[in-house]
Amino acid sequence: MTDKLTKTESTTTDPSVPMVKSEGVHKSFGPVEVLKGIDLEVKSGEVFCLIGPSGSGKSTFLRCINHLEKINAGRLYVDGELVGYRQQGDKLYELRDREVAVKRRDIGMVFQRFNLFPHMTAAENIVEAPVQVRGVNKGQARERAMQLLERVGLADKAQSYPSQLSGGQQQRVAIARALAMDPKLMLFDEPTSALDPELVGDVLDVMRDLAESGMTMIVVTHEMGFAREVGDSLVFMDGGVVVESGHPRDVLTNPQHERTQGFLSKVL
Amino acid sequence: MTSDIDKTAGPVDTPPAGPGTIKAIPVRHYGRYVSAVIAIGILVAIVYAFGQGKINWHAVPDYFFDHRILTGVYKTLLLTVLSMVIGIVGGIGLAVMRLSKNPVTSSIAWFYIWFFRGTPVLVQLFLWFNLGLVFEYINLGPIYKNYWSDFMTPLLTALLGLGLNEAAYMAEICRAGLLAVDEGQTEASHALGMSHAKTLRRIVIPQAMRVIVPPTGNEVINMLKTTSLVAAVQYPELFRYAQDIGQNSGAPVEMYFLAAAWYLIMTSVLSVGQYYVERYYARGSSRALPPTPLQKIRANVLSIGRPKGAAA
Repeated sequence: MTDKLTKTESTTTDPSVPMVKSEGVHKSFGPVEVLKGIDLEVKSGEVFCLIGPSGSGKSTFLRCINHLEKINAGRLYVDGELVGYRQQGDKLYELRDREVAVKRRDIGMVFQRFNLFPHMTAAENIVEAPVQVRGVNKGQARERAMQLLERVGLADKAQSYPSQLSGGQQQRVAIARALAMDPKLMLFDEPTSALDPELVGDVLDVMRDLAESGMTMIVVTHEMGFAREVGDSLVFMDGGVVVESGHPRDVLTNPQHERTQGFLSKVL
Repeated sequence: MTSDIDKTAGPVDTPPAGPGTIKAIPVRHYGRYVSAVIAIGILVAIVYAFGQGKINWHAVPDYFFDHRILTGVYKTLLLTVLSMVIGIVGGIGLAVMRLSKNPVTSSIAWFYIWFFRGTPVLVQLFLWFNLGLVFEYINLGPIYKNYWSDFMTPLLTALLGLGLNEAAYMAEICRAGLLAVDEGQTEASHALGMSHAKTLRRIVIPQAMRVIVPPTGNEVINMLKTTSLVAAVQYPELFRYAQDIGQNSGAPVEMYFLAAAWYLIMTSVLSVGQYYVERYYARGSSRALPPTPLQKIRANVLSIGRPKGAAA
């Protein structure tokens, strides 16, 4: 079963299939409905920015994409495959934890609070998943980790523990850790929100570089400059619905909807 | 001490070592000197009282390295280590079961902890000892078959009694440790595609150890002392041997002092071990590792002998 899943995943990277497709996605936490029907499409190779006030559901939506949250209604597809379920005829079957884990291998995620493993050095953090999950041999994984650390500008920090790194450095290690699994999609959950202002630039540089290399990225952010400069599409969410979407330049400079205008007037 | 005060008391006329280097006279803690003198005085009084009591102190060194005592020490340590191994392995298992989403496993763990934590360990030891009343034979199919009384040796009784009871306590300690690890760690691990089991083994448990080790050290020391109960199930260890020697040699109370001294030595060694285990699991958690005892002593001696301003 697991073999079959990995095989189909690696062969369906067809540019005509959207990387992420969301149809009427609903999500509630108890009585509180956080997502009230999200419809959107993220094309392969695109940098897709999600903006909106806090509590608008953008982070929740991001977490639904790799099934850290279960959706209550609608359909969510990653690379043409249902997230968290298997459809047979008109019946949906919940995936086993093991099957969900297999799908998550191909989706990298970067968290607001970094979530590096504090008991491992930067290099060990990056090596962990390829060795434990993909079964890559340790020497190769370590070599790859060094290349990735170099790419994010931290080659000299390989032996440092997360507590010895600044927030910006930790976040760059976290990006390298996600990249080590060779994901086809990267999710960024407010990657710069927990950083001191002068450290934001370094992280955004790494993300810009990643975008240029053609990675499909979904970025929840408050960095409007980054969204305008690097983003290919932008969605403004508020109250659990998509209020406005389009090219970042259009939405940010000429917002059509009143709520978008209100939000942007506060953050720009 | 007086020379120290002479050096720094009064107006200091030595020139400053560099611009901005502060050479202040440290606050004098006279209370510390007074309380130290009082404490030493009380200690001397207690030692004197015991020294002139009707106790034959020579019996203690005479039997201190007696081969029966050394056998007792060995058996006490063996029991402690083996029961703690059963306790820790069982405890981690029970903690994971208790936190599991599966209602069957979590209920089993709850029931186990409820029973073994709710009854005295001495009662449990007697129950294991007398289980032969319930089971006449032990029959593990083709692997093993024997009379229960032959199978349940005093050592096995003691190990089961102590180890299974300990597992219940360790389960609660481990559960606290597992819950203390930030949920973001589990999420990050899952997001990388790691399974539940791998997440637990590679990410959560190593971090939980920081919280688990200090109370576990406490449990080990407790266990070492609790082993003195297993004399009740006919397994002789340090306390039982000391008692035997005391009755034969006519120095029973002296042998209790001897046993106490051995228990103190063993718990002291264990505390040192605990300290280094804690240091190991603290790696990556703080910028500087805590000092080793030797470093600590050196720092303390320096701070008493010399004012801090000058020491820097």
